Amino acid sequence: MRAEIDRVGIKIGMWLFLYSEIILFGGLFVLYAAYFHKHPESFAVGGKELDRVIGALNTVVLLISSFTVAASITAIQKGSRKLTIGLLGFSIFCGFIFLVNKYFEWGAKIHHDIYPNSETLVNGEPGLNIFFGLYYVITGLHGLHVIIGMVLLSISLVWVLVGKIDGSKISMLDNSGLYWHLVDLIWIFVFPLFYLVL
Amino acid sequence: MDIQDRPHVLSYFQLTVVLVILLALTGVTVGVSYIHMGFFNVPVALAIACLKVTFVLLFFMHLKYEGRIIVLSFISTITFLIIMIGFTFWDVAFR
Repeated sequence: MRAEIDRVGIKIGMWLFLYSEIILFGGLFVLYAAYFHKHPESFAVGGKELDRVIGALNTVVLLISSFTVAASITAIQKGSRKLTIGLLGFSIFCGFIFLVNKYFEWGAKIHHDIYPNSETLVNGEPGLNIFFGLYYVITGLHGLHVIIGMVLLSISLVWVLVGKIDGSKISMLDNSGLYWHLVDLIWIFVFPLFYLVL
Repeated sequence: MDIQDRPHVLSYFQLTVVLVILLALTGVTVGVSYIHMGFFNVPVALAIACLKVTFVLLFFMHLKYEGRIIVLSFISTITFLIIMIGFTFWDVAFR
């Protein structure tokens, strides 16, 4: 008897999970919209505090890594194993760069006494406090997703190395890729909402 | 079922074109953010973000080549998301 792999079923399962993620971040964006409506000036002030160069750099890093993940799936299907390994390694490296940037960004904010429950925020404008509260929750949750995505890509990389993923069995790589693209999707909205509001 | 067993393989060229478009649109969002358009700042930024997301979904996430179940369930999710964000914001804005 031959065990059939239900590729479509595996993919539908992954997409169902992604829908729940979309709604999770959607809920946070509702909060953002409602408070933005209430405190537009404070949100503009808060947005100017954020470094749009680092934000743009991180956007570029994530877009490129999304491209390399998509290319690695093409590579494995075309049978070029070495290229797949290289592209996946590069994608994980991009995730790492993203997190390092985030570390410096958060570090600078915390250094300027801007973090949840800090003196500056508690005694300052309520709108600014909400803006940075949302900033830390949303970018923090997104950062957590970047870490999970890197773990999934690393597992896929190991599976390619040991031959558990090859041209005919790519579901693990495919689904890790989908997760990584979702991380990218969320960042595409986070970037203009936090860094570019004026 | 009309879903192919062998998945559709995107060419490196296609993927590169999508990446270039995405990077260009990122440049446009950053550029546009320096122009003061008053009320239109947020809608324009969101419109560009939606365009970028569409490219990622269709090509990187392969949605253009998926079967009916995934496409329909995705559209339902987005419809729900629009209702959730739209109606909540409507309530807040016009209370």
